[in-house]
Amino acid sequence: MGVTKKLLYLNRKAPHGTIYAQEALEVVLIGSAFEQDISLAFVDDGVYQLKKQQDTKATGMKNFSPTYRALDDYDVNKLYVEQESLAARGLSAEDLIVPVQVLSSAELAALMATQDVVFSF
Amino acid sequence: MNTLHTVNKSPFERNSLSSCLRLAAAESSILLFEDGIYAALQGTEFSETIQTALATHSIYVLVPDLQARGMSLEQVIAGVQAVDYAGFVDLTTTHYPIQAWL
Repeated sequence: MGVTKKLLYLNRKAPHGTIYAQEALEVVLIGSAFEQDISLAFVDDGVYQLKKQQDTKATGMKNFSPTYRALDDYDVNKLYVEQESLAARGLSAEDLIVPVQVLSSAELAALMATQDVVFSF
Repeated sequence: MNTLHTVNKSPFERNSLSSCLRLAAAESSILLFEDGIYAALQGTEFSETIQTALATHSIYVLVPDLQARGMSLEQVIAGVQAVDYAGFVDLTTTHYPIQAWL
């Protein structure tokens, strides 16, 4: 048996303008097979990834936002969102597609300090 | 004809919008599309900047890019005009030159 590590995926990009958000989600889903202690944090424009009611039909792009709702099925259920990032964008937890824990910057900093690895997207 | 400025980057991540607003001549138009649409929304740290700019510029937002990002027309700042893809094309024919703020 390998050692279980605490892995944090740090998401800081808006969902559709670049491929970062979608790639991060793919990596999280694949990585979940390795039974590590996984957390996801959404900071800066990364909070936009979780916005409800994304409808990409008219743009011809893929709407991958429903996939965040499947994370729980992969035992990925530690989702954290920075309060300051939400507030700057006029958003609240009710605007998001999945239940999350909203943390202050200080609380998120403390959480990050406990991780073995932080992956940046 | 007046210039059409296009901004496709989030104002939170890049200074494209800030530079555009600083350097765009009065009466020129600004189209917010792709991640630029986040600037068009009420209740953000940039809403006041856009409200101020509306005094000197026509500002447009591309609706399909709003919808893709989970935003609706009701959340757009009053005075910002909604356009679809055909409206985007119309703007390119009624303005010259077109300047992209990447």
